[in-house]
Amino acid sequence: MDKALQDDFPIDWEQDGFVSRREFFKFMTLASGGLAIGSVGLAAWSSALRGERRFEPIRIARLDEVPTGTALGFGYPRPSDLCILVHHKDGTLSAFSRRCTHLSCPVDYQAQTERLFCPCHNGAFSSKDGSVLQGPPPAPLPRVLIENRDGELWAVGVVH
Amino acid sequence: MSERQFYIDPSRCIGCNACVAACAECDTHRGVSMIHLETIQRGDSVQTAPVICMHCDEPACAAVCPADAIKRTPDGVVQSSLKPRCIGCTNCVFACPFGVPKYDAAIDQMMKCDMCYDRTSIGKKPMCATVCPSRALMYGTPEEIAAQRHGTPINEFIFGGRTIRTKVNLMVPQGTKRLEVNPGTMIRKSDLLNQARVR
Repeated sequence: MDKALQDDFPIDWEQDGFVSRREFFKFMTLASGGLAIGSVGLAAWSSALRGERRFEPIRIARLDEVPTGTALGFGYPRPSDLCILVHHKDGTLSAFSRRCTHLSCPVDYQAQTERLFCPCHNGAFSSKDGSVLQGPPPAPLPRVLIENRDGELWAVGVVH
Repeated sequence: MSERQFYIDPSRCIGCNACVAACAECDTHRGVSMIHLETIQRGDSVQTAPVICMHCDEPACAAVCPADAIKRTPDGVVQSSLKPRCIGCTNCVFACPFGVPKYDAAIDQMMKCDMCYDRTSIGKKPMCATVCPSRALMYGTPEEIAAQRHGTPINEFIFGGRTIRTKVNLMVPQGTKRLEVNPGTMIRKSDLLNQARVR
């Protein structure tokens, strides 16, 4: 018997990769069931990350180091997690993650219009509450909770 | 003790059909008998011979199957065709030198003797060997055969110059090494009679 033919269509049962109809449908059912359960699990896991989360407090700066109408960049909760602190003209303070929710470009504070502007795709957020004012960003900026401790500003948590 | 093997001794067959009936009881093909009980030369003799699958080393039935439906298990037993694959072409029926495979038109599938795989794979005897009253079909060790029989078991057959080795043994007169089957050399009593008449 032709060797190539024998290799492709072996006579011995063990070398034959026979998959029965039942085995095939069993695999397909289990695989699609696993994918469905996995998607539900992923959705549950990502929604569990929503809301307020507290991290180790970090000192940002003294209040008098940030004049009104300016902003200061800092890292929270890790030094590499870019954030921005805004001292509004009315004297209030707010802080946000600096990563645009569209494609993670860092946003800049624009004092004239009181907004956080992303130069990559002309996205803009309100510097008061982080909500989307224009452009492609799909969600508001995560807000960083700050505390004024005797004239020193501390970051204490993040609200998604 | 050696592994048990299958021995066919046609000279002992009395044509009782017990094996044919027992075969139909086998669970792998319930109700359908896979044994051919052949009459050798009905006009001249009452001799019969049971034909079961010889389970060749190079099964011709599997080699000619275009649907890749006939498989051999690791213990050397050639199985019936796989139902999802068999296309009922009967190539195997024509290819087998022993004439074993049977085409069942009702289910459009080839079925053949699988040495009662449900039984022999767990150490039991095949159905036919358990019922044969003259032990023309015997499932036992080579030692048992050597002690009880005068003949020699062979498992080498030559069909038209092609050597075929089988798992099942055939009992032949003592001293015979192999069986060579050539149509021209076959000697039948009727042929001899015809030759005598011509002369």
